[in-house]
Amino acid sequence: MPVARLVAGVDVGSTAAKAVVLDTASRAVLGVAVTPTGWNPRETGQAVLDAALREAGTGIDRVVRVVGTGYGRISLPFLHRTVTEITCHARGAHHLAPDTRTVLDVGGQDSKVVAVDERGNVRDFVMNDKCAAGTGRFLQVMTGVLDMTLDEMGDAALRGTPMPLNSMCAVFAETEVIGLIAQGVSKDDLAASIVASVARRLKALTGRVPLVPGCAFTGGLATNPAFARIFSATLGLAVTVSDMPQATGALGAALIAAQDVAVGGAGGV
Amino acid sequence: MTWESIERLKTAAERNALAISEVKAAGRKVVGLYCLYSPAEIALAAGAVPVVLCGTRNDPIATAEQVLPRNLCPLIKSSFGFAMEGSCPYLSAADLVVADTTCDGKKKMFELLGEMKPVHLLHLPSTPSEEALPFWREQLSGLVKRVESDFGVTITDQNLTDAIKLANRERRALKALMDLPQMEPAPVTGMQMLEMLFKLGFFADRETIIELAEGVVNEVQAAAKAGTLPERKGGPRILLTGVPVGMGSHKVVRLIEECGGQVVCMENCTGYKKADLVAETGDPLTALARRYLSTPCSVMAPNQGRFDLLEQLVADFRPHGVVDLTWQACHTYNVEAYKVRNFLRDKFDLPSLHIETDYSEADAEQLKVRIEAFLEMIG
Repeated sequence: MPVARLVAGVDVGSTAAKAVVLDTASRAVLGVAVTPTGWNPRETGQAVLDAALREAGTGIDRVVRVVGTGYGRISLPFLHRTVTEITCHARGAHHLAPDTRTVLDVGGQDSKVVAVDERGNVRDFVMNDKCAAGTGRFLQVMTGVLDMTLDEMGDAALRGTPMPLNSMCAVFAETEVIGLIAQGVSKDDLAASIVASVARRLKALTGRVPLVPGCAFTGGLATNPAFARIFSATLGLAVTVSDMPQATGALGAALIAAQDVAVGGAGGV
Repeated sequence: MTWESIERLKTAAERNALAISEVKAAGRKVVGLYCLYSPAEIALAAGAVPVVLCGTRNDPIATAEQVLPRNLCPLIKSSFGFAMEGSCPYLSAADLVVADTTCDGKKKMFELLGEMKPVHLLHLPSTPSEEALPFWREQLSGLVKRVESDFGVTITDQNLTDAIKLANRERRALKALMDLPQMEPAPVTGMQMLEMLFKLGFFADRETIIELAEGVVNEVQAAAKAGTLPERKGGPRILLTGVPVGMGSHKVVRLIEECGGQVVCMENCTGYKKADLVAETGDPLTALARRYLSTPCSVMAPNQGRFDLLEQLVADFRPHGVVDLTWQACHTYNVEAYKVRNFLRDKFDLPSLHIETDYSEADAEQLKVRIEAFLEMIG
């Protein structure tokens, strides 16, 4: 074959859209892009794929297969097939660090703990229930209450001392935090309390799918090392930030696309 | 795939609401039942018509929440909402509602229902033990007396035995129907099975139920024998366990099948929990008490019967995975989910997915991700 054949993975999440372009044969990452999802997941999916292709210095005509994942996957017209983000995160995290046995993913709208086998397949998984506590969305709401960015919140949380937040629900927790602000509690302590409450929700998930060493931390939150430090302390286990934390799912989707091509040719399934 | 006998069943079921009012007009008494712990045989023995009451639709829940707390199981809220709205034709027709103290939510709801309809509340023991049996038999004996006095009839042991035999014939017919998906691939979908089992509950006449169920079994078995089963793509075989489901609360069954799985068996009150027979010899009330008390609902502690039933169903239906469904605020099924998950993993190396949801469509997309990922994992 004169020209290398490429595959792509597109992960349109509730908060951010991610795309990865891979060389099918070598599995080398040629392009990565991340953009906010915004209001139109379909256009965003196209835009993020175009951005990843630009970074790879190539065009869509060289791409033989695209696999989609994330909540926006159903709205993308250019996909050959879709795979859930649970399977994609497992595959991506395992590719980046083959000793990964657990993936802790904190996304915009849900958090999950995924047990991974030695080949990167999902052995078991658990997700938070339909409420937003313990997710990136919860933290995003709280950044509004504290008037700081997510990065600032992570840094503030490292400085502060957590106190218990009892509300299980994101909306009630906001009320509780507003109450604490009124009592004059410092922003650092509030940030620490909020992040600790998310860590506790994650710990509750690990009752069903235990964390084992080789724990990769993925999702947008993992881009700030402060969160990994706090979660490691709460969970009692070193949580390693994935090499491309936000795009791990898109990478997994691209790897699945490459595998499809290897198994079934470019026409795929 | 379409089966003539299934279409016949569905067409016949369209007359159910009308049939119950005809039965009433002809002077028969109607006994409404909510739960599998309430024996239909006592109504049958009295010459009355037992019928299942509504409680599987989402729309009456908003009405119910005017009175009941929001954080309550949707089955309880739906049942009560139907009663408040007067929108369940079977409840409207019922001369007596037989209810039992299944769980905390239900028994307190039934107190409120008692202000709208005549309700006879059976006090259900919380353990299926020999010690509890005489107490439960007394409860059933109390129901016999209530029915005799309300309807002005006498119920003899022979009446009860005849009713047991009739109900057992219905159970055998339903079990044969539920056994059809033991074939691979399953000749009927989980949604088809659910719709049939659900609709069969509202027929006024037991012989009709038996005839319609047997009709489906005969048609499918004949096709299997003749090698003319319709082509159907397999897909992971899923055993559904947990809370009762019906039309209107069928979301999870639909999602599993939309994602490519086949629901082949339901270990719940819509499905296999109905299948056990009542002994046809000896004291009929003791036989009824023994059989109904052994219904393996999570309200029982311990609930060994559910694990025994799961073991049998895993052997009979060879599922690739189990979906354990809990309605929000159903504490007993929710807590028991942990034991179920470990039991399936340790004993059969069988993966399971626990889902906690309600009747609404609000979380359909989120559930779909879990179900798809589960099917990807076992597929």
